[in-house]
Amino acid sequence: MTGSKILAFGGYQPDKVVTNDDLAKIVETSDEWIRSRVGIESRRVAAPGETVADMAEAAGAKALAASGLTPPSIDLVIVASCSAEVPIPNAAATVAHRLGIGAPAAYDLNAACAGFCYALAAASDSVRAGSARHALVIGAEKMTTWIDWQDRSTCIIFADGAGAAVVGPTADGEPSGIGPVVWGSAGDQAEKITIPADTHTIRQDGQAVFRWATTAMHPVALEACTRAGVSPAELSAFIPHQANLRIIEAIARRLGIPRERVADDIVHAGNTSSASIPLALSRMAEQGRLQPGTPALLLGFGAGLSYAAQVITVP
Amino acid sequence: MTDQEILAGLAEIIDEIAGVPADEVTPEKNFVEDLDIDSLSMVEIAVAAQDKFGVEIPDEQLKDLKTVQDVVTFVSKNS
Repeated sequence: MTGSKILAFGGYQPDKVVTNDDLAKIVETSDEWIRSRVGIESRRVAAPGETVADMAEAAGAKALAASGLTPPSIDLVIVASCSAEVPIPNAAATVAHRLGIGAPAAYDLNAACAGFCYALAAASDSVRAGSARHALVIGAEKMTTWIDWQDRSTCIIFADGAGAAVVGPTADGEPSGIGPVVWGSAGDQAEKITIPADTHTIRQDGQAVFRWATTAMHPVALEACTRAGVSPAELSAFIPHQANLRIIEAIARRLGIPRERVADDIVHAGNTSSASIPLALSRMAEQGRLQPGTPALLLGFGAGLSYAAQVITVP
Repeated sequence: MTDQEILAGLAEIIDEIAGVPADEVTPEKNFVEDLDIDSLSMVEIAVAAQDKFGVEIPDEQLKDLKTVQDVVTFVSKNS
């Protein structure tokens, strides 16, 4: 069977920066409180007319350019999102068309904050099975769509952005660059993070989610390492969903991964749900914090509650 | 396990998670007011206590455990 690997990353953030002090003007909170509880200093917010597809296109274009592939080489496009403005048309087909990708298979996928890892698994399996040759996988979110700006427990957390990766086949004899996915869900806790139909604003039981993430996620991460045949000590980078810096630190501590190898993009990006992992990856690549050819661990988790983890080889 | 052993174990956990020196973790201390430990740290402490003592402290009970002695008593009663 053909192996699969990531060829390149790309990220996009809207221009508008919203600082903690900005939020303190509209809701009762403070820079100190937000930093200490969630670790965020500033986040980006999309322009009023800027859509999920717009941000997905921008991130996808960067990943495509970095991969060196021509647009027609892509035959599968997956957009992971839980904040698209409309149910149809899907964002993936629109993004593909705008990027000059001919007539690819194109669909959107909703696994909330685990969405990118789910989409990456789907793309990897498609390449390995021969259903696709090259896939463009994008996580794109306009989470501010769902924010109640009077709810200080959520408006300080969520933000907008997009990140993308290009997936392709390995060469003959080359080991696969995307490890087996370890994924699952805890539907018994579905009500812990919701966007109720009557309010259309995001609500979460922060303490319960914190407990779940800090107890149930490191075993998932460890299993992904085991299935990829690497130990946590061998990982050059750990890129968990950028949910909350304290969750990130707690999981990293339990895995024994030193802080300098752990993505902390949340500090300036906020929680961008399915976009957070590819956005953090592209930022770490830009900063030279990723070493090509080394293993890195991705771990997505959130509403559903859904989760997924896989070890990738850094392109 | 004696209350003294639970207290010593709890002090180790609090030192590791919240950076409060173990000798400051005495029974009468209030987590929020005296030790400056917030609700998320309390969850982490509860999770670590479960690993260490084998006693689960659910969120509903956790909110009523205000002092170090409260946690020691809860663990002692449920272990």
